[in-house]
Amino acid sequence: MLRLVVRRLLQLIPTLLGLSVLLFLWLNRLPGGPASAILGERATEAEVARINRVLGLDQPVYVQYWRFLKRIVELDLGTSTQTGQPVWDEFALRFPATVELSIAAILIAVLVGIPLGYLAAKRRGGWLDVASVSGSLLGICIPVFFLALLLKGIFAVQLQWFPSYGRLSTGLNATDVTGFAVLDGLLTGEFDASWDAIMHLILPAVALASIPLAVIVRMTRASVLEVLGEDYVRTAESKGLEKRVVRGRHVLRNAMLPVITAVGLLTGSLLSGAVLTESVFSFGGIGSFIRTSIDARDYPVLVGFILFIAMVYVLINLLVDLAYSIIDPRVRVH
Amino acid sequence: MRILKSRAARVITAAVAVGLVATGCSSERGEGGDKAGAKDTFVFAGAGDPGSLDPALASDGETFRVTRQAFEALLEHEPGGSELVGGLAEKWSSDPAGKVWTFNLRQGVKFHDGEAFNAAAVCANYNHWFNWKGTYQSSAVSYYWQTIMGGFAKNEDPEAPKANFKSCTAKDENTAVIEVNEPSANLPGGFSLQALAIHSPKALKEYEKQDATAKGDAITYPKYSQEAGTVAGTGPYKITKWNKGNKEVSLEAFDGYWGEKAKVKNLVFRTIDTEDGRRQALQAGDIDGYDLVAPADVKTLEGEGYQVPTRDVFNIFYVGMSQEVNPALKKPEVRQAITHAIDRENLVKTQLPEGGKAATQFMPDTVAGFSDKVQTYPFDTNKAKELLKAAGEEKLTVEFCYPTEVTRPYMPAPQDMFELMKADLEKAGITVKPKAMKWAPDYLDATEAGSCALHMLGWTGDFNDGFNFIGTWFAGYDKQWGFKDQKVFDAVNAASKVTDPAGRVDAYKAANEAIMAYAPGVPISSSPPAIAFGKNVNPPKVSPLTQENFAEVSFK
Repeated sequence: MLRLVVRRLLQLIPTLLGLSVLLFLWLNRLPGGPASAILGERATEAEVARINRVLGLDQPVYVQYWRFLKRIVELDLGTSTQTGQPVWDEFALRFPATVELSIAAILIAVLVGIPLGYLAAKRRGGWLDVASVSGSLLGICIPVFFLALLLKGIFAVQLQWFPSYGRLSTGLNATDVTGFAVLDGLLTGEFDASWDAIMHLILPAVALASIPLAVIVRMTRASVLEVLGEDYVRTAESKGLEKRVVRGRHVLRNAMLPVITAVGLLTGSLLSGAVLTESVFSFGGIGSFIRTSIDARDYPVLVGFILFIAMVYVLINLLVDLAYSIIDPRVRVH
Repeated sequence: MRILKSRAARVITAAVAVGLVATGCSSERGEGGDKAGAKDTFVFAGAGDPGSLDPALASDGETFRVTRQAFEALLEHEPGGSELVGGLAEKWSSDPAGKVWTFNLRQGVKFHDGEAFNAAAVCANYNHWFNWKGTYQSSAVSYYWQTIMGGFAKNEDPEAPKANFKSCTAKDENTAVIEVNEPSANLPGGFSLQALAIHSPKALKEYEKQDATAKGDAITYPKYSQEAGTVAGTGPYKITKWNKGNKEVSLEAFDGYWGEKAKVKNLVFRTIDTEDGRRQALQAGDIDGYDLVAPADVKTLEGEGYQVPTRDVFNIFYVGMSQEVNPALKKPEVRQAITHAIDRENLVKTQLPEGGKAATQFMPDTVAGFSDKVQTYPFDTNKAKELLKAAGEEKLTVEFCYPTEVTRPYMPAPQDMFELMKADLEKAGITVKPKAMKWAPDYLDATEAGSCALHMLGWTGDFNDGFNFIGTWFAGYDKQWGFKDQKVFDAVNAASKVTDPAGRVDAYKAANEAIMAYAPGVPISSSPPAIAFGKNVNPPKVSPLTQENFAEVSFK
């Protein structure tokens, strides 16, 4: 187990290194530069030249890359050209919001998706099956961005059941401990703050959950159907085992393997999906920050974010493998 | 099967329960939570985060909107207008040469941290800026100081502008004298800028302990400018918290304010970066007002009972021509033909909110120096064709750049405006090659480098002086336009050197006439930017300079 973890962590190094070269070259070949982002529309040519000189952006690309790589090795992602603050600080500030949103979305997707997929499989051809299959198709087809706007228009603007933007209501003096608003409220006993944070989470999380939910429903359904037809299920049933045991130990456990892989990959993709959802709800996470960074061509933030996403994917894959080995002991042997 | 059914039933029951709790609690939020709090909290949404809590380090409107409530400058603009009036200085005067500026300061003014405001505090601020070193000398940090006062006590960059600031003297407790080396068109207007607002001397001492650094790809702003705590001004509100994660800056009414105290105790600025998002937040009752209202939303909001006052025009939208990228544009007839070909009235009528005006020169009629006698180029397709024929450019082809994914106060719908102008130019026989570009940095870089034959841009004034408009483009050679016409440059520069205010206005008029006789580009329109407020709000006087004072706000 330990070897698996170490090997996977070591794999991270060449992956990130290769990615950093590609990213750096790509971003540096794009027209424009951070000077305009820093100076804004009133910048004159002389000012742009001066700022480029101050920042060393007038030096050859390889010199800039070497400097960039040295900083990465020192775990210094540089400074955001938009905010003038270290990228790490900006990420640390916004990361909890995105994680909270992603967890909420994946919880919705898993807690609704797995039971729904399971029920759909068990009652194949019934109304629930038809409804969940067509519903999940719709979930995959509708762009998250559009769904987010739709949910906001109906439930926040028209019905005013939920807040239309942000992470916490204005004027709510919540104590910041970990940056995770729901958790902070629980830790400090400010339950109203936790509840307020949950209310702010619901609409964006539902929007963000739409694709993972649809995928999980379909995968669970297909996987359960497949397992239900397996000989060992029939054998178990014919041996007179209790249905609950058969379903729990044989069907669900075996059907969950591909679903877990999907959940892992979907969790990674949520981080990039959050870019649009967070923008719609002005949710102060990494997603909306990345959108403004793309607009402002904030290189250090974009590079840092992409490297970070790559790291998250590798780590999630590692976690998926670990989960696999717990559910299916055969994995450990191989 | 029975177990399953009962489980499914439990799941559904739980879902319904959560739904009910959610709706129950949300109505509680609507009636009790926010609205009860709303009586002493005014929430206003801007389009972007402020960059710094120290306005001296900033050059953007979102920062100034926030800091303006907490920091005051020596001079201010009249509420709702653009005339200079006393701020922290009750009276001011200059010597005839425009080099010695004397300020009689307001008495009984306190800073948020308890320090007394006096002439020494004024000089501490000016000397602090003048003695900036290192990264602070970058124009990314000290743009406005350099624009108004030139360089520093010791310029570290040979290309930095020469210092125009000479000295600041506390003549007595309540009289500050600021001397400059040369008279400047930027004075006295510059004394009103937020970037030159006065900070507590105690806070300045803290500022000086921290440095801005240039490292990697960007400039790191000092810590004090990024979190509330150190900064202290004299304004009606003090900044209490900047919650970057929640994109909100909180301010609290300052009990010791010298003037009329703020009517609402808490003021919160939040960032909602999309137009739709801001409008929906107002409609949902989550905010009490917002800026940069899309012209298309004005009627809708008014129809729903919201208040959408428009500011007086103080901006200009123009089509720039780059003579170096397309030599045909060097011919005056071609430039005049293009100017005649564009139907400005139609653009104003179809694209701008009510109150928009077609432009005849490169400044709005609200700026001192606007001339009624400039050469005009009324919409006339036939005249345009004749001029092109006379220039031998009947088959003229021009590249026309326009920006995407952006709206500006002077340019609410760039693409639509471009399409209309393209159609107008084609009617006059000009072939237009459209080039769409992303606003920042592609478009801004391209226009600044003068690589588009035609492009569209604009400007919102900082203060009411003609140089702030025409000086920006026509005081000397600028790649954006790519021409050298000494007559135009001299006229603009001469105006900037006149110290007598009435004489300067006349000189600006003459400069405008020289510019429009040359026709370097097409001034298109001035647009009144709208700002929206909730139904239960008594809004502040709206300002053409977007300098609203939120201390005036109250709830009905």
